[in-house]
Amino acid sequence: MQEPNSVIAGRMTALLPLALFAGLCLQVPGVVGGGAAYLSWVWAPGLGVDADFAVDGLSVFFGLIVSGIGVFVVLFAADYMRGNRYYARFFVFLHLFLLAMLGVVFADNLITLFVFWELTTLLSYLLIGFDHENDAARRHARQALLVTGAGGLALLIGFLLIGGLAGTYRLSALAESARAIQGHVFYLPILALVFTGAFTKSAQFPFHFWLPNAMSAPTPISAFLHSATMVKAGIYLLARLHPVLGGTTAWMGTLVIVGGVTALLGAVLAMGQTDLKRLLAYTTIMALGILTMFLGGKTTPALTAAVTFMLVHSLYKSALFLVVGIIDHGTGTREIGRIGGLIRAMPATAFGAATAAMSMAGFPLFLGFVGKEIMYEGALAEEVFPVFATSAAVLCNALMTAVAGTVLIRPFLGKALPTPVPPHEAPVWMWLGPTAIGSLCLIFGLIPDWVGRWLVAPAVSAIHPVAEHAGLKLFHGVNDPLLLSILTLVLGAAFYLVRRPVRRWVAALAAGMPFTADGLYALTMAATARSAGLLTGFIQNGSLHRYLLTILTVFTLTATTVWFLNAEGGLVAPPLPSLPFWQWLLVALMAGAVGVVVAARSRILAVCALGVVGSGAALVFLVFGAPDLALTQLLVETLTLIIVAIVLLRLPPLQKKSGGELPGRWVDALVALGAGALVAVLCMAATSGVMDRQLTDFFEHNSYLVAHGRNIVNVILVDFRGLDTLGEIVVVATAGLAGFALISRERR
Amino acid sequence: MPSFILQVANRILVGLILVFAVYLLFRGHNAPGGGFSAALVAATGFSLFAIAEGPQPVRRALRLDPLVLVATGLLLAISAGLWGALAGLPFLTGLWWPAGSAAPAVGTPLVFDLGVFLVVLGSILTLVLGLEEI
Repeated sequence: MQEPNSVIAGRMTALLPLALFAGLCLQVPGVVGGGAAYLSWVWAPGLGVDADFAVDGLSVFFGLIVSGIGVFVVLFAADYMRGNRYYARFFVFLHLFLLAMLGVVFADNLITLFVFWELTTLLSYLLIGFDHENDAARRHARQALLVTGAGGLALLIGFLLIGGLAGTYRLSALAESARAIQGHVFYLPILALVFTGAFTKSAQFPFHFWLPNAMSAPTPISAFLHSATMVKAGIYLLARLHPVLGGTTAWMGTLVIVGGVTALLGAVLAMGQTDLKRLLAYTTIMALGILTMFLGGKTTPALTAAVTFMLVHSLYKSALFLVVGIIDHGTGTREIGRIGGLIRAMPATAFGAATAAMSMAGFPLFLGFVGKEIMYEGALAEEVFPVFATSAAVLCNALMTAVAGTVLIRPFLGKALPTPVPPHEAPVWMWLGPTAIGSLCLIFGLIPDWVGRWLVAPAVSAIHPVAEHAGLKLFHGVNDPLLLSILTLVLGAAFYLVRRPVRRWVAALAAGMPFTADGLYALTMAATARSAGLLTGFIQNGSLHRYLLTILTVFTLTATTVWFLNAEGGLVAPPLPSLPFWQWLLVALMAGAVGVVVAARSRILAVCALGVVGSGAALVFLVFGAPDLALTQLLVETLTLIIVAIVLLRLPPLQKKSGGELPGRWVDALVALGAGALVAVLCMAATSGVMDRQLTDFFEHNSYLVAHGRNIVNVILVDFRGLDTLGEIVVVATAGLAGFALISRERR
Repeated sequence: MPSFILQVANRILVGLILVFAVYLLFRGHNAPGGGFSAALVAATGFSLFAIAEGPQPVRRALRLDPLVLVATGLLLAISAGLWGALAGLPFLTGLWWPAGSAAPAVGTPLVFDLGVFLVVLGSILTLVLGLEEI
């Protein structure tokens, strides 16, 4: 069969992550000894923000995972998305997302990191809502955006506080200020803000609800989001800030408790699922909880456990998600009860599923086993709540074993079941990912020492710069972790056997809960929308008359109060200026015209009288030697008259005011006179003092010599303050566009 | 019902007004005037035209959609600023030719002013012609 060009092109884009992966591999020897390289570009020097990047153990570790898994996700997606209307758009989003995630892990500046962090939020919104004609996908995308976006805002405030205390935004320079920051009264607020950012991003309790909903994304995206990117950004942030903020009781206590609760919640809820994709989503929540819990520790085993499990989880989770994608593709369903015996139809996929699931269950010889051993070593060495941490870890791992069994045993080994589509193996490019990653789960498990030295230890030393290393081994001898491992497998087998009653129990429990986090989110959103509606209805009721009345009343009262409070010796009106007789005549003319405006019963008369007022103002400008201002005023007046006349010709004649509205007219008059009098008095007060001539002198002196123009006003507009003018014409253009939109709507 | 007197007067007046607008535009650097005032004058002229003859003849005479004028004006104003930026000076620095002379004839501020003229004229005409057509 001839392959469509677009699919080949889609596969070709995998070269980007592949090249990045290869480049990062070359960096590994440089970071093994704890070395680091820094790159920096000047970005916004006025704000103390530069585009700083660091290549150290931690960033290379995360970078390898992101780009490596990215290669297989792209290859998988090239076939999975075949025939999609927005095929090209999908790959653009996917690669941008990959690059944004790499930006997060390599950024060496808090603000740079934040920018990339927000980019991942935005791109995940686009990816989760990729199927944008589906209402649920849009809703879930918005939910992820709002939850992680709100966390991002908290994070920004936290970053600004850290930067303020440390005097720098450079991450690599922050550790020196760790003691100062931790001793500061702002430490707890900073911690709360940073945790909010990390917990929302990494779906920790009580923000875990957006993650299963993000399953609306196409499967390759779920695989990427859950294994290597997005949700791992919060974990990465906790690891990265560990040297700066970590090690205190508040840090350890919060992370261990929140992480432990999240892990248990995720594991229990996972047991209640029958949709393979949602089931894996809940196990992701469990994994993120475990990672958070171990980042709460400050001993080398705890941090080694976190980093190792990060690798373990990324591998098995991406492989399993891709497997689920293939099952969905090849059978037409993801329901556990409806598939069985797939090993005969899809042997390659079964191999990938088996290796990944065995690693997830933590069987000996697989990487998951090594991860579990170091996990128990770390949990036992936790400084706060070691018993809680150890029990949570054992329970979660046992439940994971049961889940792994659920994913693997019946769907692949059980008896074949009729499915919507007769089961068939996916094309090679699709099963390449699961099998390759699954093989890595096995290979890495056989050479734990190598993995420990080249991948895990450099990352750990970037978080926790001490000499000692907790080596990864396949067999530690008979000790507590080994006994716990055996206990885990036994418990896991037991959980697997009772999985059906447990599933019913979890489903009943979930249904019986008075409220859920997702429900609370929906309530909050509805309440926000309702209160916004009420507020808008109250403030913007559509009556221009009322807007003006409100604005002028508030202005008059506020300005009078401020003036009264600051005036020495009470309110003294400035003396009336002495004007020649004919200038008073001008004032009288304008006042008379205002009277005509108020009394006029026809719009045209009112507008013309208003024009007289404006032209009078132009004359005033002329008298006091501002010809430019007078010219502009006169022109604006003329043009306004024309435009208003055009509009007026289309309006019905003025209604004669009924007597009942008369008190309203008096209120209007009072407010208008008050505001007018206040402005007049303020103007007189402002001009009665001695003017600072500094600016005038500067412009008089430089206008012709430097800017080659004799008209100072124009020179200021186009040269000295050209940027302001640029801003103003952008406003004019926007107003023109907005007017165009309004008029076009009217025309329809 | 179009007014015959207005139509006859319009033929003479609009041309004069537009010439006056151009005059204001180019004298602005040394005497009262400039892009903004010139745009208001020109807009007044076109509005008069529109009232006398209706909006369609104005659109035909303009040849370009008013919004195109707005976009062109913005581009001109920004490009006037980029000139300085390309020379390594801050954005919007005025450059003059012949350089070094005491009274140079042409400079980027004139281009900038032309941009202001087009943006303001285009925006006003968008509204005036649009309102006429409702």
